[in-house]
Formats: sequence, C-alpha cells, structure tokens
Amino acid sequence: MSAAFIFEQLLNSLQLGVMLFVMAAGLTLVFGVMGLINLAHGSLYMVGAFFCAWVAGETGSFWVGLGAGLVAAAAAGAMVEMLVMRRLYDRDHLDQVLATFSLILIFNEGTRWVFGAQPLYLDIPSALATSVPLPGGGGYPLYRLVIIAFGIATAAGLYLLISRTRLGMQIRAGESDREMIGALGVDINTLYTLVFAIGAMLAGLAGALVGALQSVEVGMGEPVLILAFVVIVIGGIGSIKGALIGAILVGLVDTLGRAFLHKLFALALPPAEANGYGAALASMAIYLLMATVLAWRPKGLFPVNG
Amino acid sequence: MTEPLLVLDGLQKSFGALRATDDVSLSVDAGSIHALIGPNGAGKSTLIGQIAGALRPDAGKIAFMARDVTGLSVPQRAQLGLGRTFQVSSLAMEFSALRNVMLAVQARKRSTFRFWRPVRGDRDLTDPAMLQLERVGLAERAQLPVTALSHGERRQLELAVALALEPKVLLLDEPMAGLGGEDSQRMTEVLGNLRQEAAMLLVEHDMDAVFTLADEISVLVYGRIIASGSVADIRASQEVRDAYLGE
Amino acid sequence: MVEMSRENLFNAAIAGLLLALPLGAWALGESYYISVASRVAILALAGVGLNLALGFGGMVSFGHAAFFGLGGYAAGVLSHHAFEGSAFLNWPLTIDGSDSTLTLWFAALLVSGLVAAVIGAISLRTSGVYFIMITLAFAQMIFYLAVSLPTYGGEDGLPLYLRSSLPGLDLSDDLTFFFVCYGLLLLAIFLSLRLVGSRFGAALQCARQNETRLSAIGIAPYPVKLTAFVFSAMITGLAGALFVELNGFVSPSILSWHLSGEIMIFVILGGVGRFYGPIVGAALFIVLETVIGGYTERWQLFLGVILLGVVLFARGGVIGLLAGKARHD
Repeated sequence: MSAAFIFEQLLNSLQLGVMLFVMAAGLTLVFGVMGLINLAHGSLYMVGAFFCAWVAGETGSFWVGLGAGLVAAAAAGAMVEMLVMRRLYDRDHLDQVLATFSLILIFNEGTRWVFGAQPLYLDIPSALATSVPLPGGGGYPLYRLVIIAFGIATAAGLYLLISRTRLGMQIRAGESDREMIGALGVDINTLYTLVFAIGAMLAGLAGALVGALQSVEVGMGEPVLILAFVVIVIGGIGSIKGALIGAILVGLVDTLGRAFLHKLFALALPPAEANGYGAALASMAIYLLMATVLAWRPKGLFPVNG
Repeated sequence: MTEPLLVLDGLQKSFGALRATDDVSLSVDAGSIHALIGPNGAGKSTLIGQIAGALRPDAGKIAFMARDVTGLSVPQRAQLGLGRTFQVSSLAMEFSALRNVMLAVQARKRSTFRFWRPVRGDRDLTDPAMLQLERVGLAERAQLPVTALSHGERRQLELAVALALEPKVLLLDEPMAGLGGEDSQRMTEVLGNLRQEAAMLLVEHDMDAVFTLADEISVLVYGRIIASGSVADIRASQEVRDAYLGE
Repeated sequence: MVEMSRENLFNAAIAGLLLALPLGAWALGESYYISVASRVAILALAGVGLNLALGFGGMVSFGHAAFFGLGGYAAGVLSHHAFEGSAFLNWPLTIDGSDSTLTLWFAALLVSGLVAAVIGAISLRTSGVYFIMITLAFAQMIFYLAVSLPTYGGEDGLPLYLRSSLPGLDLSDDLTFFFVCYGLLLLAIFLSLRLVGSRFGAALQCARQNETRLSAIGIAPYPVKLTAFVFSAMITGLAGALFVELNGFVSPSILSWHLSGEIMIFVILGGVGRFYGPIVGAALFIVLETVIGGYTERWQLFLGVILLGVVLFARGGVIGLLAGKARHD
C-alpha cells in the first residue's frame, strides 16, 4: 500500500465530504430556519444535474450548464416552497415527510417525462479532464480537485453569508425566534422562499458537479439524500458547523472503509471472504458511525438549542 | 420528632450566568404544607423541576423519605411517591378525564406491562379513579375528553391524577393559577383536607390560599430563600414585605 | 356513539370487500386478482404493524421496510437452504434450512423483533425529526448489507423454488394462500385492538400525546415505546415473510426506502390510528397502481399528486373522510 494510494483515498474522502456538506447544508439550513424536514432535497439535486447535463449538451459548455443547473434548482426550490412547503411549516413532521415524499414521486416521474428514461451523460470540461501529479507518485483528476475547491468555497461563502450579511442576520434570528424576524420588519414569506431557494441551489450545485462523475439519472438524489441525513444527524440538525464536521467524517469513514476494510480482513481471512465481509462492513460503516455518535450524544455533535 | 419527608440540601442550579437556584435548603414534614412564595422569575418552577427530577441540580442533594433521590429519574421518583401538578396543565389531551386518572392508577399498581385485558370497564382502575375524581369534584365530567374541560376543571383533574398515585409528598406548582374565586376556594378546601394524606410543597401566588393552608412558608427571591418561618413570622417580616409582599 | 358504529360498519365493509374480491375472482377463474388481493392483505398487514408504532405510539418510523425485508429474508434464506439441503449456520449451533411455514414465520418474527430491539433502543433515545432520519438511515444500512452480501444473491436477489408447507393446507393454491394472509391480517388487527385497549396501550397512547405526563405519573416512556416498536416491527416482519412466499423471490427491493414510504402511505391514506385504515390504504394504493398504471406508465406521478392532496387537504385519511372524526375516550 503506497503512500500515494493513501493520499489519493484521503482526497477522495475530502471530495465526498465536501459534496455531502453542500447537500447537507441546504437541508440543515431549511430545518434550522423553518423547522421543515425535506425529503425532496434529493430531487433538487437531480434537477440541478439534469439541467446542467441538458444545457451543457445543447451549448457545449459545462459552465453554462452549471449555471443553468443552479438556476433551475433554485427556481424549482422557490416554486416548491411557494406551492407546497408554505402550507407545511405548521404541520407535524409526519405530514412534512409524506408531502415531500409525494414530491419525490412527482419529481421522479416528471423528470422521466421531460428528459426520457435514459440517463444523460455530462462530460467534464475538457480543460479539467486531466490529472495533477500527487506527491509520492501517481496522479489525481483535476476535476475532483475543482469539486473540492467548490465545496470549500461554498463553506466559506455560507459562513460569510450567515455571519456578515443582513440576510444572515435574519436567518440567525429565524433559527432562534420566529417572532423576532417579524419584529425585525422582515417579510417572513420572502425570507423563507429565499432560504429554501438557497438550499435548493446548493443541492443543484452538488448534483451538477457530481453529475459529471457518474451518469445523470432519475433517482440519483436519493442515496445522497440519505447520506446527507446521516451527516446532519451526526452533526446536529440545524447546525451548519455540524454539517461540515459530519460531512467530512462521513466522507472519511465511507471512502476509507471501502478502500481499506477488505484489506484489513484479508490479514485474517481468505481473500474471497475478506472481500465479502469487507464490502459488507464498509457499506454499514457510516451507519455504525452514526449509531455510535448517537449513543454518545443523542442530539448530534453540535446540538442546536441545547 | 420524625424525619421530614422531603429534604433539600444546598441545591444549586445555574443557566449560563443566571443563578436560578442558589443554595436552597428546605424540608417538608409529614402532615404539613410548606408554601414557597416569591415574585415571578424567582426560580420556583426551576426548583420544582429539580425536586421532581426533570432538571438536574448542579450541586446539592434531595432526600425523599430518608433516601437520596438526587440521581433518580422523574418516573422513579414518582413511583416512590413524589407526585406533582404542573403550572400549565399537562394531561393526555385526547383521553377522557377518567382515563387520565385511570392511567395514574395503573401506574401506581405498576401494571403497565399488561397487554390483553381492556382497561375500559376494568373496575380495578375505574373505581379508584372515580374516587379521586369525586374528591376534586369532577365526577360528573369523568367521560369528557380533556379538550372539553374548562381551565379550572383541568387544574382539578391534574390534582386528581396526582392523588391517584397516592403520593407521600405532592409538589403543587401554582394550583390556583387562573382559577376564579369560587374555584380557587374549592381548591383550597380540597388541598386543606388532603394534608394528612400527603405532605405538600405548594408554590402559589394566591396569598389568601397560602395563608390559609401553609404550616410553613419560605420566600424565594432570585433563587435564594430570604426568609422561612410560620405564617405569622412571614407576615411580620419586614424583609419579606420589602422584597415581595410590596406593602 | 353514532360515529363509532358508522366506523365499525365501514370496517366490516372493508374487511368484507377484501374477502369478496378474491372469491369473485376465483368464481370467474381470474386467478390474477386472487394474488392481487393477497398482495393487498400482505401490504395491509405491514401497515397494521407500522400503525401500532406510528398511529398509536406516535413513533414516525421511516424504516419499516427494514423489518418487512428482514422478515422476508429470514423466511427466504431458510427456504433457500432447505431447497439446497444446506445449513444456514453450523456454528455455534446448527440451524438447518426449513420448508415448514410455521418455522419460517417464527424466523421472520424473531429476526425482525431482535433487530427492531437494537434499532429501537438507539433510535428511541431521540425523538422528532431525528427519529425519522435515524430509522431511515438504519433501514438503508440493512438495505446495503443485503446488496453487498453475495451469499444470498446480493443486488439481484434470490429466487425461491420451494413453497413452504403448512400442515393441512396447500399454500401453492392461490385462494388458500389468500385465506392464510387474510386470516393473519385480521388476527393482527384483533391483536392490535387488544393491545391498544389494554393498560399497556393506555400508556403507549399517553406517550404519544404527552410524554411529560407519562413520566410524571411514574411510567418511563422509553420501555413502553421500545416494546411497542418491537411488536410493530414483528407484525411488519411477518408480512415480509408472506410477501416473499407470494412472489417466490427475495431481493433487496423489499428493503428499499421507497417501500418504507409506501407502508407509511398505506397507514396515512387509510387514516392514522384507525385499526382498519391500512387495508383501505393498501387497497387504494394497489387500485391506483393497477388502474392508473393501466392507462399510463407515469402512475407514480398521479400517485404523488393524489398523496400530496391528501396530506395537504384531507388529514384524517379516507376513513376520516367517510366515517367522521376518530373517536377518543
């Protein structure tokens, strides 16, 4: 096992981690401000990927596609907020789960209707379709490094948005006290739509960026959604900082588990069995991480409101 | 002299910089009512919360029937015989008044893990429950869901539920709050008659009720007990008048 | 009391309809509809299980597919070993495969109950939205476990060649199999009724309405909820075993989170906390799938719209619409 391989796996972990963060940040923001659990967040991820792939295919430019994906996801988010979510803020979580589950069905079939049943393919922009040498030998795809950069930029951007801007102040006020937002003279409906659209745009960003690494297909957002749930449960629902830490942890455990667990088993077992058990345990690793964190801290690493 | 039923010893509880409970010690004797009075925000509910087990004190000890209960949970303390009512009524809203009390009866009998026999018409539960409802004057309203009961009736129901536990000590968090003149008189009467059955720690703003019922009064201000004594002592105390009675 | 009898009448009608459908289909020689009815009964049974946790205990489990699937895998794996003539386990004790229906059911109940005890013990430390996400996540864990274990077919699943045998009955006969499913469904509803009406049920319902109250009278909510969660999972697990028997096939799809959502839909469509609600919900779901699915492949789009409408505008579910508000005492 070379140092380069380990380094590469660490970078992969980071790449998965930052994308999960971008995804989870929207979820946790929406929950923190509006108290809403949104299962359809994965659908917005899918919307971002599809529009990016479609527009990139039509125009030949990934970047134009990316812009289109972000706009489409944000628009879809704003629409969903105004048509559906608004009626759910005062409802219990069960109603929210069901309504947003229905939205998944609608989005999935709707996307299939519009874009067809075949997956779309999104090419990495040619300027980025190269790899950079890693210290210790081997190379690492430049595009993945760009994804990492996007993730870090998003985290920094969110930090600035929330700590430095007027909107951020309103978001923080909304987290601690809904009535206070009213007292600040802010139109709550506009604020909520805006927050939801930002969350949707982040999901769309993650979808579009990751879409270039895999096929763009209906249902692609769902596994990611559940990973994002794991992330925010670990981090503490409503906490952006928790989402960041949780995402990095999940990225590490998942990637390294898949890369190394079967090798660990191979020390004690014949290769075939080692691979089987290693794969099985690796697929469970993040959930075991979640269970461990919860057994220790039932409200996550950074609980909001005590 | 027998040991007091409930003894608080040096309780401390802070929320951030706020000292909600500051070195509180007091005791409740068998057969007596100990009233706890003080202005809003003095930390009375925080104190009740610690005694009942919902809040954990930062320091200090709570002894109930000569047993240290500081580390026990709310249900454990309730099972030992520490009953309580809430400042804001807290009941199973969809159940009838009767079923709320029946649930407390089954809790006292420690018979929750019975899965087969219906509670409806189970005389082992309904008879004792009706008895408690009669005592607080709710027998005729027994079949109504809590949502159909008036504010005053809910307070009465809270008491009936607590009584069904056959507690040794009752923690009463403002049982008169929001009651009209007639209702609060009735409540005062009911509580007075219960004294021999259960000792009480009574948090109350209604001074008429306090002076009628209490054997002993402690005055809590900013988390500290500033005075403690008989009704006459407290009425006479200049310090209490300045700090609280505002006379 | 008028509403009560109206709901009872409605319940009898539902149960009667579900019985009449396959009998009619049998008389007309339409065996396909007999298996459709079996499917309704099985999915309703899964819903009856979830209803116990969700409707009466207020535990919004979004992971009940885990128990459905585990029940299915427990039965399927033993049946598979019986067909191969191999043992499921040789050490520390020997567990052979089995084609005895009762053994398969027992295995399904046992496995789903045990796993529910573990998942519940961790998940019930939390509440609200945490509980929803955690149950979902644990179910997903089991899904991936099934996908990644090649022994039992991995992603592709495992065909089962053996129909299990119940003394005196021939389960390979569609109508007989339906009667068995239907009988278990009614039994589960009856058991739920007894349970909810019992002292335990009173405490469970209080836990849903007001946990603080339950604690204050000396009943710890946690063991009450955990027990109900395990019962709930076992019923759903049994449904999984029947489902596998019906399809002659076991695959990770019975563990998927979509199924968790669907089981929830059965409960909600019928009406949360209504004993017969899951039958209505499951039947409606299957009817929508069959009818709309007959016109368009995009039936899930319409299902989504209808479901959204029910959640936003018809909160009592179908029984709530037809039989009035739930009765509480």
